[in-house]
Amino acid sequence: MSSNDTPGPLTTDGLVQLLDHEGRRVPHPRYDALVAHLDAETLRTMYRDMVLVRRFDTEATALQRQGELALYAQALGQEAAQIGSGHALAPQDHVFPSYREHGVAHTRGLDLTDLLRLFRGIDHGGWDPADHGFHLYTLVIGSHTLHATGYAMGVQRDGAVGTGDPTRDTAVVTYFGDGATSQGDVNEALVFAAVNEAPVVFFCQNNQWAISEPTTNQSRVPLADRAPGFGIPSVRVDGNDVLASYAVTQEALQRARSGGGPTFIEAFTYRMGAHTTSDDPSRYRSKEQEEHWRRRDPIDRLRTYLEQLGQLPTSFLDQLDAEADALGEHVRTTVRAMGRPSPASMFEHVYATPHSVVESERTWFEAYESSFLDSTHGEGSHR
Amino acid sequence: MTTTTSAPAPAVAPELTGTQRLTFAKAITLGLRRALADDPNVLLMGEDIGKLGGVFRVTDGLQAEFGAKRVVDTPLAESGIVGTAIGLALRGYRSVCEIQFDGFIFPAFDQITTQLAKMHYRSQGRLTLPVVIRVPYGGGIGAIEHHSESPEALFAHTAGLRIVTPSSPAQAYQMIQEAVRSPDPVLFFEPKGRYWEKGDVDLDAPAANGLDRARIVRAGTDVTVVAYGPTVQTALKAADTAAAEGTSIEVVDLRALSPLDTATVAESVRKTGRCIVVHEAPVLYGTGAEVAARVTEECFFHLQAPVLRVGGFHTPYPVAKIEHDYLPSVDRVLDAVDRSLAF
Repeated sequence: MSSNDTPGPLTTDGLVQLLDHEGRRVPHPRYDALVAHLDAETLRTMYRDMVLVRRFDTEATALQRQGELALYAQALGQEAAQIGSGHALAPQDHVFPSYREHGVAHTRGLDLTDLLRLFRGIDHGGWDPADHGFHLYTLVIGSHTLHATGYAMGVQRDGAVGTGDPTRDTAVVTYFGDGATSQGDVNEALVFAAVNEAPVVFFCQNNQWAISEPTTNQSRVPLADRAPGFGIPSVRVDGNDVLASYAVTQEALQRARSGGGPTFIEAFTYRMGAHTTSDDPSRYRSKEQEEHWRRRDPIDRLRTYLEQLGQLPTSFLDQLDAEADALGEHVRTTVRAMGRPSPASMFEHVYATPHSVVESERTWFEAYESSFLDSTHGEGSHR
Repeated sequence: MTTTTSAPAPAVAPELTGTQRLTFAKAITLGLRRALADDPNVLLMGEDIGKLGGVFRVTDGLQAEFGAKRVVDTPLAESGIVGTAIGLALRGYRSVCEIQFDGFIFPAFDQITTQLAKMHYRSQGRLTLPVVIRVPYGGGIGAIEHHSESPEALFAHTAGLRIVTPSSPAQAYQMIQEAVRSPDPVLFFEPKGRYWEKGDVDLDAPAANGLDRARIVRAGTDVTVVAYGPTVQTALKAADTAAAEGTSIEVVDLRALSPLDTATVAESVRKTGRCIVVHEAPVLYGTGAEVAARVTEECFFHLQAPVLRVGGFHTPYPVAKIEHDYLPSVDRVLDAVDRSLAF
């Protein structure tokens, strides 16, 4: 076989799909059973979640343009992969996200404005991971996949897998992108997860772009094809199909919780927006490509399906519009009201126990600050 | 492959008690053993630490006693060891990671400095990471490349980490237990050139000296020599020789590089008026530079001479056949003492 016969990492071959591009339900012998219990109301909830997260994206992007946020990374286009997989999680499961998993955060019950404290520059992670089983965002690409694997090794040691008790058996999911698969840490995480049979699901959103670099710069083969080399079963899913994303994640979570070890999921999707608000995709990709994927918008697909089922009444859509408007208002007012931390707060929580160097530097800093006539740290203090 | 049979290890090794004469390595072994016995959430992780007992045998017998789930032979990947230890800590476990040799810590540098050091800060104190990273460090054992380095200052430069290094078996026994109990991440640098040196260890003494204070290991009046880890013994030998020549040297064992106990050092230097810092690591941007700056700030009018440094040169660690020309020796410490006194 010549290398030209090898399918590249952008092939759409072998993607699990339950809704086709036109929003038609297509049967799948393996995964139909995993979505059979999803009634119209649940599907509408998924649709609602996708719409709300997109509205959040829009509001946050606008706030960045207004100078209210230092930076923002949109989830635009990846809502189905995130909402579908997020809906498969149980309350006791634990998520280790990268930094674009706003949709997953929403399914875990976080107030999305908590995510924006990081992007506004007032803290590095404004929520307690214990509250929703949702770890802090990690900006060093791929580092958190090892934390997820270690956490899963702890779950194993706690005996919280394979008990058969659905409220006790626990899975861990880590989200990362196509670029991250080149990182040593991700490969080490796959090694540690495999040899320990750790209850962790590797959820790779292949959005085809690592800032400006296409997935072809990361791999010669589909990313999911790598996992079996580690001894980890893998699946490629159409990441713009919320039903299929839910189904493959549910299967992987059940495997993990039952003691069957890790799974690698490649959700093939598209980053419809820029990498972040600092990025300019027009420098490296074509309008034609963006237009191609705009026609494959994951929200449109579920909407079409629900319309075909006659399950998207106007009353629901009107209510959702109002809810999205309310969310937008909540995001705007909450972000604008977020205060500036006191300068001396930089010395807090460096260590869990007192550290004489930090203490003495803080003492010096506070004395220096108070040596000025106007020693308040409120608005207008900008030394 | 051959099959061997051996007598099964006893399920529980006999309790050790009283004061015993132990090697530096064995003292750490027993400190780890006590930590494992005291807290079921303590784990040891590393390469070859199980059946082999570690390349320096520091974990000898611990897997047989505590099982392979608590004394874990990991894949050969340092970033993976530290990264999974972080995850285990988030689930409530306290991992003690062994990095086989100093020069092999760098694959884990990212996990240590961007994740381990910052998670408590990033989470505004919600998360703590009680992870210990044991690093056999320093030279003098005739090893090949990457097996003799002293990278401690690279980590001391990072906020969020505690950096400690024992200088005797008794210190090692206590400090490793305190490191395991610390809610903060601790890099525990073990002077591997001293692993086989023996000392008396009181196995019943409570480990409660703190990981943040230097100690005076020899009192003197003429010159303060600040050392840590492997160079404490070097400084003590230099003090013996100097005493025979009529010079009284006070030796300070830093014990911790982060935090740096400036108060103890400054108190000594105010008394002697002279200060020399000795370490194996290169002097450029090293611990000695930090000590010198702080001593100068705090003791300026007490100083009779500039603070001098004795340490490694700005070269890669040299080949074994000439490493003793690179390492701070008794003679080089005494040369610095002479220069300080002559100033």
